[in-house]
Amino acid sequence: LSTVATAVIGSRLLHNSRWYSISHLSVQDRIEEKRRAALVGGGQKRIDAQHKRGKLTARERIDLLMDPESFVEYDMFVEHRCADFGMEADHNKYPGDSVVTGQGRINGRLAYVFSQDFTVFGGSLSGAHAQKICKIMDQAMMVGAPVIGLNDSGGARIQEGVESLAGYADIFLRNVMASGVVPQISLIMGPCAGGAVYSPALTDFTFMVKDTSYLFITGPDVVKSVTNEDVTQEELGGARTHTAVSGVAHRAFENDVDALLNLRNFFNFLPLSNKDPAPVTECHDPSDRLVPGLDTLVPFESTKAYDMLDIIHGIVDERDFFEIMPNYAKNIVVGFARMNGRTVGIVGNQPKVASGCLDINSSVKGARFVRFCDAFNIPIITFVDVPGFLPGTAQEYGGIIRHGAKLLFAFAEATVPKITVITRKAYGGAYDVMSSKHLRGDVNYAWPSAEVAVMGAKGAVQIIFRGKENQAEAEAEYVETFANPFPAAVRGFVDDIIQPSTTRKRICRDLEVLASKKQTNPWKKHANIPL
Amino acid sequence: ARLYIVWYRIVSGLSLNISKVCHLSISGVGIVSHVHVKMADEAVCVGPAPTSKSYLNMDAIMDAIRQTGAQAVHPGYGFLSENKEFARRLAAEGVTFIGPDTHAIQAMGDKIESKLIAKAARVNTIPGFDGVVKWRRADECRCVCLLGYPVMIKASAGGGGKGMRIAWSDDETREGFRFSSQEAASSFGDDRLLIEKYIDNPRHIEIQVLADKHGNALWLNERECSIQRRNQKVVEEAPSTFLDPATRRAMGEQAVSLAKAVQYSSAGTVEFLVDSKKNFYFLEMNTRLQVEHPITECITGLDLVQQMIRIAKGYKLQHKQEDIPINGWAIESRVYAEDPYKSFGLPSIGRLSQYEEPVRLSGVRVDSGIQEGSDISIYYDPMISKLVAYGASRADALKKMEAALDNYVIRGVTHNIPLLREIIVHPRFVAGDISTNFLPEVYPDGFKGHPLSAGDRRELLAAAAALHIAAQLRSQRFLGEQRSRRHWELCLELEKSVHMLAVSHSRGTYTVEVDGEKVEVSGEWNLASALLPLSINGSHKVLQCLTRSPAGDISLQYLGTTFKVRVLSVLAASLSKHMPEKLPEDTSSILRSPMPGTVVGVAVKPGDTVAVGQEICVIEAMKMQNSMTAAKTAKVKSVHCKTGETVGEGDLLVELE
Repeated sequence: LSTVATAVIGSRLLHNSRWYSISHLSVQDRIEEKRRAALVGGGQKRIDAQHKRGKLTARERIDLLMDPESFVEYDMFVEHRCADFGMEADHNKYPGDSVVTGQGRINGRLAYVFSQDFTVFGGSLSGAHAQKICKIMDQAMMVGAPVIGLNDSGGARIQEGVESLAGYADIFLRNVMASGVVPQISLIMGPCAGGAVYSPALTDFTFMVKDTSYLFITGPDVVKSVTNEDVTQEELGGARTHTAVSGVAHRAFENDVDALLNLRNFFNFLPLSNKDPAPVTECHDPSDRLVPGLDTLVPFESTKAYDMLDIIHGIVDERDFFEIMPNYAKNIVVGFARMNGRTVGIVGNQPKVASGCLDINSSVKGARFVRFCDAFNIPIITFVDVPGFLPGTAQEYGGIIRHGAKLLFAFAEATVPKITVITRKAYGGAYDVMSSKHLRGDVNYAWPSAEVAVMGAKGAVQIIFRGKENQAEAEAEYVETFANPFPAAVRGFVDDIIQPSTTRKRICRDLEVLASKKQTNPWKKHANIPL
Repeated sequence: ARLYIVWYRIVSGLSLNISKVCHLSISGVGIVSHVHVKMADEAVCVGPAPTSKSYLNMDAIMDAIRQTGAQAVHPGYGFLSENKEFARRLAAEGVTFIGPDTHAIQAMGDKIESKLIAKAARVNTIPGFDGVVKWRRADECRCVCLLGYPVMIKASAGGGGKGMRIAWSDDETREGFRFSSQEAASSFGDDRLLIEKYIDNPRHIEIQVLADKHGNALWLNERECSIQRRNQKVVEEAPSTFLDPATRRAMGEQAVSLAKAVQYSSAGTVEFLVDSKKNFYFLEMNTRLQVEHPITECITGLDLVQQMIRIAKGYKLQHKQEDIPINGWAIESRVYAEDPYKSFGLPSIGRLSQYEEPVRLSGVRVDSGIQEGSDISIYYDPMISKLVAYGASRADALKKMEAALDNYVIRGVTHNIPLLREIIVHPRFVAGDISTNFLPEVYPDGFKGHPLSAGDRRELLAAAAALHIAAQLRSQRFLGEQRSRRHWELCLELEKSVHMLAVSHSRGTYTVEVDGEKVEVSGEWNLASALLPLSINGSHKVLQCLTRSPAGDISLQYLGTTFKVRVLSVLAASLSKHMPEKLPEDTSSILRSPMPGTVVGVAVKPGDTVAVGQEICVIEAMKMQNSMTAAKTAKVKSVHCKTGETVGEGDLLVELE
């Protein structure tokens, strides 16, 4: 950039040298000087320290994330405005302050990005820092392009006091306003503590880098002094904790390079805004491909598990499935894939884990994913093998009724194309919840192994035939009546019973048809999902 | 008439919604040697997965036969195919057993008895102790005095390498006896052992015989089966490069005289060990169809299953000895679900997530009982298929085998194609210079995959770079958008060495500059296909892309072996140097199960001190017992497995301090 600027001014000098005085050149020098200073952030020593921690600098991260030479930076000359505690001194001013912002392209598609610079005041958030972020968020919403935040910040700029807090709130407000308008992605690449954590929490997806990123409200020292718990940063808010225990983060990557390259790949699944349809890429996988392995996948005994991922990998384009929250609430599988090149959201019960039952965590995980897809025009494909909601005091006391309702709510309100395949069990209320016909499922299929019933044979027989002597016979009768797809099919609750190997073909065809689906919910200020 | 066939390892491929892996498959009479599970008309389940409850469960099989009204049973190979009791029970029910008479099975099924019969029929036999050996001090001395080390300990009822051990010392003899008798007991229900002189560095060559019920017998030439690991065949060919017509005839005639001596009828195989001076010794006779029978069918044009059915029906042989030709050359590779990098093949299990046989290639035949979606379980031998290539000459057959292996897509389980692909191109194999010790001699430190030459390396790197760019270009091709970039600088990492590559692209052809040399790679670049047929500098190569991650990690199968290549832009590569090194776990102090299986014995408890090489526990998988030993001298910290427990590959067994 700077060389281009010099060349332009240099040519003007030649044409009209009298108009340019020494003072103009000195402005030019100052521009150059500021740009140079902005590019090195907190200086080489701090850059080296950042590298030593196994982390990249804010600018290196942007270079890796964006297509080469596509990044256009904003606000390189913005400086903090704090005049207290000696902050006004020249050596405490860094052009651009502690964040790099701008827009660029990822595989040719527009994205706005901010990347916090840990080498400048530990990436702490000043009023100016917040203002820079708000600027790109406003523009992103206006033009309809996703916002990607690369978080690496020690927290609020304490010297600025309330101005820093105001900055956080300004960002939070924009996160909320942008929610459902443009996709927002946070990649945590260093510390992110205190109030700062709520910005990633408000975004659609939070990814982390293993071993070098932390998210917590208060650090281990405060925890120790308040609750007397001994806990390390990693245990309290590391990638493992948030991807497997708390469910705060959606996925973790090995290191900065791995994370950024994966983020580029992930970005390709997303539409740019809620006005855009789900993206369609060139697809080499035939849409009418049969998947013979699926015909033998579901075990004959209904108590035996199988891996839902085998179905998903078999059906989607090129076995390419970007799983969201793969280590959290593993009894439900959610993630993005493509069908005939078009992005789809996949939700599937996982029989391998807790029989694929719905519990609090899996309901919340599924609900949030379904709502994202619905907000951004991504068709939802649901694979159902669910024995019901998980019973027990832990679940009831935890509010499974309220949390389970979230998934029900999300599926019911979704107006994107919804295709459902019942692979085996669809029992009880969980049958209703899992994108059933009754919740406006557009196309609902059953495999021959499907059983749609209020409950499994054993439990049902104990109720229907209470006191009857020959329980085994009664059970066989129940199985004969209900443990097959017919009761649902004769009522039109499933549209067809399909051979598992043809599932991909059928879904691809349905998605073509449903691409023009238009459905709206009644006008409302917003719905009142049971939070 | 309907013919019922208990086929070798019939897997869930058949099992529509029945996950149980065991079936009695049934096919119409017309089906001959190509008998294939997928071609069976009906299936009857004979029990759950463990073989003792299904394929070895005679009551269940007899029930199935009665239930379906079968008139004849072809026993396939393995399981009950050489079980005289089974043959007897069939005879009692008036069901034809497609195989030899009970007394021949009995006579040949017992190694000791068969050796005595062979001796009497003037067949060359191996010097040894011709009697049942029970381990006693006296026998030890006697055997060893008689023979001298090395000796071979074998299960009397055994076959296929099971219950077989070589011993070079008293200690090894003792250990060998223990393992062999345990294995023999679990595999054959008979723990009798015999001991004989071990012929070092021999070839294993067998003669196919065919005899009818009227006293006629033929020999159908030989099969060279020397390429073995743990006494199980891996690559077989017919004919053998080693035999001259005179030796072939001598072996054939001895085989026929043995068959006649036991009034053999049906197809059978007489196995010989052949030393470097072309002396041959009778090893055993298999009274069934062999796994490797297709190569004999290829070169003789005879359909062995059809012949067996004819013979069982009482017909006379159609052919005379002089009618039996050697036409062309046939090679069979046994494709196993096993990891060839561990002792030339330790069993692996899994679900075949993708499976494509190279059947569209000419001169290639694949006999398998599985299909995409099948589970390879711990209950059976881990064979996926027999891959047969047939050509006019040996060189032609080898070329076809290469292509077949390159075009064979197996995903979801570890398989031995890397090893097979290396064997068939190894100069010693190509020259026919082989013995049963081929694998340990050629790979003294274990099999390590294809060693890349500088040229190979360039080709592989160029292919990886081109694939990476093809994928990159596609990921930027959203509908209605097109971007054109023609030149890239990439940094590739392969086997820990780093290469800078310049790539340029025009119309599907990538020109890649690797280490100063230009390599042209072109292809269809179908990124969904498992196979990657490429033209590299004008020559046709089929690679396979196993995985391709967004972070630039590509696994490519090239010349049989899977190589991991990391492809990064120059920028990403230069920034990668800042990334923290993640330490792999120290494997000397932990013992993990190298394969899925059952723990049959744990020899240590926490606090014990173990020495290097000391046995810690024994894992049984696919009916083989594997002794797990300590990698260092240390105290046992904790034991994570119990006898009888099922363990998965990589499961922690024991931790040392």
